[in-house]
Amino acid sequence: MVGRLAVSPAASVSAGWICIAGVAALAISGECLIASAMRGLGDLDLIRGRSGLAGAIRAVLTSPMFLVGAFCMGFNFFAMLYTLSVVDLSLAAPATASLTYVGNAVAAKLFLKENVDRRRWLAVLFVCAGVYLLSK
Amino acid sequence: MRHTLTTQQYLILLCVTLTASVGDSFLSHGMGQVGQVDLHHLGLLLHALTNAWVIAGIVLLIGFFASYMTALSWADLTFVMPATAFGYVVVALLSRFWLHEHLSLSRCAGIFLIVCAVGFVANGPSRTEHERGHHELDVMDSGVGR
Repeated sequence: MVGRLAVSPAASVSAGWICIAGVAALAISGECLIASAMRGLGDLDLIRGRSGLAGAIRAVLTSPMFLVGAFCMGFNFFAMLYTLSVVDLSLAAPATASLTYVGNAVAAKLFLKENVDRRRWLAVLFVCAGVYLLSK
Repeated sequence: MRHTLTTQQYLILLCVTLTASVGDSFLSHGMGQVGQVDLHHLGLLLHALTNAWVIAGIVLLIGFFASYMTALSWADLTFVMPATAFGYVVVALLSRFWLHEHLSLSRCAGIFLIVCAVGFVANGPSRTEHERGHHELDVMDSGVGR
């Protein structure tokens, strides 16, 4: 059900899906930026071994890409809160999770140049279907 | 592509899975004790920070973020994603055995699908190795940085 807005049902359904797409887009942007930042920094275990925990935290927090990604994730949290005021949780949670998994796989292939082979695509589809079934 | 993970790295993936799901469950349990929070009673959010379950949940979620970032520093995003999805399975099992909620047939099917997805990815390589620049290869050949 997506009928909490005081507008026509069709418009409220559209508004709901726009919110869901926005939440997923923010999550995908945030996760890809953070993943790219972490890949750029290298193995955090090695950095911690070399510079201690403080050095590892400093390396992460001084990465501009990480900060933008963390901002996206923070904004995603509030966007999700707003979405839940428009759309029911039973639709919002599985829809955003599934869109985020598929979008992450596409973004990882396009922007992070990851080798998303058939096995990983299959895993993404299984996760989406699994999340949908769990939310029923 | 690199194919193997060390035991420590598998433990970090386990942390990613467990801290997120158990942390969410703790927060949910704690907020259930605190009561419903609305715009007119935002002070309850501060009161929630004195609840032991909420504090434990926040600590676990900080642990999740730290272990998630550590995992992303040596594995692909598309490799770590199913590990985070496995958290849904842990939440479903926690809700069944700890909160005594009903686990329907469709939820069992969902658990099965996510377990399969984790199995697919866990059997594959953890990271895509991009081509290195000449300078980086020269450094590796010379043994510097080992």
